[in-house]
Amino acid sequence: MTLAVRVIPCLDVAGGRVVKGVNFQNLRDAGDPVELARRYFEQGADEVTFLDVTATVDERATTYEVVRATAEQVFIPLTVGGGVRSTEDVARLLGSGADKVGVNSAAIARPALVDEIADRFGAQVLVLSLDVKRSPRAASGFVVTTHGGRRETDLDAIAWAREAIERGAGELLVNSIDADGTRSGFDLELVAAVRAASSVPVVASGGAGAVEHFAPAVRAGADAVLAASVFHNGEMTIGEVKRSLAAAGVTTR
Amino acid sequence: MRADGRAPSVVVLDYGTGNVHSAVKALEAAGADVELTGDRARAMEADGLVVPGVGAFAAVMGALEAVRGGEVIGRRLAGGRPVLGICVGMQVLFEEGVERGQRTRGLGEWPGEVRLLEAPVVPHIGWNTVEAPEDSVLFEGVRDERFYFVHSYAAQDWTLEASGRRAAPRLTWAEHGSRFLAAVENGPLSATQFHPEKSGHAGIRLLGNWVRGL
Repeated sequence: MTLAVRVIPCLDVAGGRVVKGVNFQNLRDAGDPVELARRYFEQGADEVTFLDVTATVDERATTYEVVRATAEQVFIPLTVGGGVRSTEDVARLLGSGADKVGVNSAAIARPALVDEIADRFGAQVLVLSLDVKRSPRAASGFVVTTHGGRRETDLDAIAWAREAIERGAGELLVNSIDADGTRSGFDLELVAAVRAASSVPVVASGGAGAVEHFAPAVRAGADAVLAASVFHNGEMTIGEVKRSLAAAGVTTR
Repeated sequence: MRADGRAPSVVVLDYGTGNVHSAVKALEAAGADVELTGDRARAMEADGLVVPGVGAFAAVMGALEAVRGGEVIGRRLAGGRPVLGICVGMQVLFEEGVERGQRTRGLGEWPGEVRLLEAPVVPHIGWNTVEAPEDSVLFEGVRDERFYFVHSYAAQDWTLEASGRRAAPRLTWAEHGSRFLAAVENGPLSATQFHPEKSGHAGIRLLGNWVRGL
């Protein structure tokens, strides 16, 4: 297979601004998502993900503007997630310039939303985001959480992944709540378990702290690797991650 | 730039499908004077017409027919005027699309069907290599680059042969599980299964190659 493994930076955006610490040199405006997306594009990012962490409807309107401005200046795919509740939300994001849309809690509350989005726009636009925690309560050992990992649901993460694919999810973004913020590497068992259950691409997220952490996630079955803070705080560049992957024998762009 | 010093005019056909802003801006970056419109007269007049397309084959065909897009494309081609289809905008140029067991008639500019990719992981999402022919105009200078694909379906056979004085169609293949058509250059009608407008600098270069020929 000659498909390259994708390296994806993720930006948390609210009210048109990047809300997590960004520490880049020579940026005119480190809080401008468009400027940052362009910087990552120049570094060789294969895709950019915006996570809209907006709390209010007013702020949400600015997100569409950010998406539009980014799509007009950054010629790589753009995925936007956070707060997507209906096919109308998806239509508006795609119309603003998003290529793929991430859906999380709204699909947990009402799984038919996955079918509706896939039927109208095709499976390839729909990224199902899963915030996953290890738990003995689930048969697979992994349970789906909401509210940034603070609330456990009754959903077995692997069973939910299977169901969502059946309903039309075109990609899975698997974020380990346990690994997130630890900087000790991706949850490789989680990646492998999702890979084994998934016929669609799997994006691994949560836990990256060093360039050496990415290749094991790919070996565990990830088609793409996503990280946020390690890129934003300038610890490593997209290029450095790609060189590390290439040195480990992983095909990159 | 044309002989008269004017940038070639390109209409990106606006018929309510997916993300078209990137296509407009990427074509501008590639040197075209771009207009986004669903107006048939404008689409007929432009030096080049780009037909984007995202979503299900049947939905895209339905939306295209609502603006009589097939007629515009057919008339342009009859007059030798360039058309570029992108993603599902390429797929609908074939005779038929088969999605989830549903068969939908395409525009039939090219024979054959568009069907599900046979691969362990579908959709095919990401940056892949292509095999472009030596005489390809689109891939001049970028044949070794990777391009961004996001699709589950593709044309996997080509049955149209060159005949008489017509130049042979230039076919570019890619592989995901099995071989499929990544691009076709057939007289005034060209198409790419990948998204040049999402393929970074290589994609802009490819669009520039098309724009220069207008």
